[in-house]
Amino acid sequence: MIQTPETVPQPVIRNVGVTGMLVTFGDQLSDAANIAAISFRDAVEAAKIEGVIETCTSLVSTFVMFDPTQLSRQALKHRLQELVTDMDWLAQQAASNRLWRLKVAFGNDHGPHLSEVAALTGLTPEAAINEILATRVRVIAIGFAPGQPYLGTLPPNWDFPRLPALTPQVPAGSLVVALRQLVLFTNDSPTGWRRIGQTAFRNFEPDSDSPFRLSTGDLIEFVRVTDDEMSRCLANPARDDAAELTEAS
Amino acid sequence: MSSQTACLEVLKAGPGLTIQDMGRHGWLSYGVSRGGAVDREALYEGAALLGQGADHAVIEMPAFGGEFQVHGDFRIALSGAVMPAQLDGSKLAWNASHNVCDGQRLSIGSAGTGVYGYLSVSGGFQTPLVMGSRATHLAALIGGVVQPGDNLLVGGDPEATATSVCLPQATRFNGGDIRVVPTLHTSLYTQSDIERFENTLFYRSLRSNRQGVALDFDGAPFTADSHQNILSEPMISGDIQMTGDGYPVVLQSECQSIGGFARIAQVLPCDLSKVAQAASEKPLQFKFVTLEDADAAQQAHDTEIQTLGRRVEPLVRDIAEIQDLLSFQLISGVVTGRE
Repeated sequence: MIQTPETVPQPVIRNVGVTGMLVTFGDQLSDAANIAAISFRDAVEAAKIEGVIETCTSLVSTFVMFDPTQLSRQALKHRLQELVTDMDWLAQQAASNRLWRLKVAFGNDHGPHLSEVAALTGLTPEAAINEILATRVRVIAIGFAPGQPYLGTLPPNWDFPRLPALTPQVPAGSLVVALRQLVLFTNDSPTGWRRIGQTAFRNFEPDSDSPFRLSTGDLIEFVRVTDDEMSRCLANPARDDAAELTEAS
Repeated sequence: MSSQTACLEVLKAGPGLTIQDMGRHGWLSYGVSRGGAVDREALYEGAALLGQGADHAVIEMPAFGGEFQVHGDFRIALSGAVMPAQLDGSKLAWNASHNVCDGQRLSIGSAGTGVYGYLSVSGGFQTPLVMGSRATHLAALIGGVVQPGDNLLVGGDPEATATSVCLPQATRFNGGDIRVVPTLHTSLYTQSDIERFENTLFYRSLRSNRQGVALDFDGAPFTADSHQNILSEPMISGDIQMTGDGYPVVLQSECQSIGGFARIAQVLPCDLSKVAQAASEKPLQFKFVTLEDADAAQQAHDTEIQTLGRRVEPLVRDIAEIQDLLSFQLISGVVTGRE
């Protein structure tokens, strides 16, 4: 999964307006830069810098939001620079050892674009499913909707664009694909991504004490289930059998 | 009526009324922006008028208010965009606090000046806390709009008979100069486009919402250097994002947490209320300042907010506007000793 870092420059620290600072580990998405950004964010959180309001990651950057009336820009930049030089962030192998096994039903009504996607990857539908089942993906980023994970990266033959037109509605829990990435939809939503499967996984429960289950860096493997089994999972209000959390080996 | 049962019953509600507070921090990494009131200054004003902290939940009213039935005795404060307000037919001063009593009817009309009006109550609205805040986040599907039939519980008021007070009318409703600093993608614009950006008059578009103030203007779109690959990066309120067709949107509290459009500049946090409250006929003009000047401006603004309480004065009513003079207390309530 680790790509060669020849295109990745040294980390760059930039101001983002008045209250933000961004530490960027690459000029394009790579596994190394993504893992570096997620690991570096953990280090910033662990440093508990007074005046830092909150942090998050994008594809290849760690974002630090701060209160300039409590923490000077120079002091924050200096502190981040120290953390950057603490270790070789781009050499990190993983950002989390949490491994989720997620049940998914592929094709038919649950994945109307499966045949089309298989053709785009140069595989039969069955071989395309097997390639997804064989790939351990990582939560690259969370966004667009609350808790909505972008998962990657799939092998190079999955590098096809999104659809030119929006599919009016896919249901929550849909597994969609484009650009070597998978997305698990939080809510019913229109989308330009192609829908290949359905999960019963809920990653956003606002009334829960811990409203989100997945974090960036978590690893995911898909476990194939039948349409009937998926229907049973979807009918279970607790959805507790939709995913299993283990420790990655 | 005891404070436990004090509530405001919604009889009529303008579109998009929501419960708001200062929003929720700590969920950006899960894709949820801070949210909360788009004009936070109005919450500080409401809190100063009621003599309470600014962490209470209020009703945010975009352009239109509503009609409310008062159950129990408590106090309200009206702040933000100036809206005509009446209590049982008597006109209420804006930017002021008022005592309301069981059975009275409060009506709030459409904004004459500004965009977002705010109705604060003593003790705050006691809607459920979700992820540490009562703020409705429409984009994240947390909470929903205030609707007729809602009974909004009001927190206890130990000083339900306190004197009505007012603040000087705020001046942030007329657009004008908005201070910005360079941000992530400022350098992707040519110097002449940056100058044109500073010299252009921008107007609030009807497409604006809690996620962002979309801006209309005369002239060519602002397009970034298309040879540069823009990666999706975190976004926060104040960022001026150029949509794909080159039209600016000033992101507000409920913006997406991450996005791939170019950002030409960022509005100083202390000038965001001014952007939110500029109605469509009030031009906005962006002016770049240095980060040092931005920090100083923010510090001065924070000091002003912290000392708002000192500007609170007893409300003296205009006798001509009182319907039934004989039944009216000219100075309502009693002195609490805290003045």
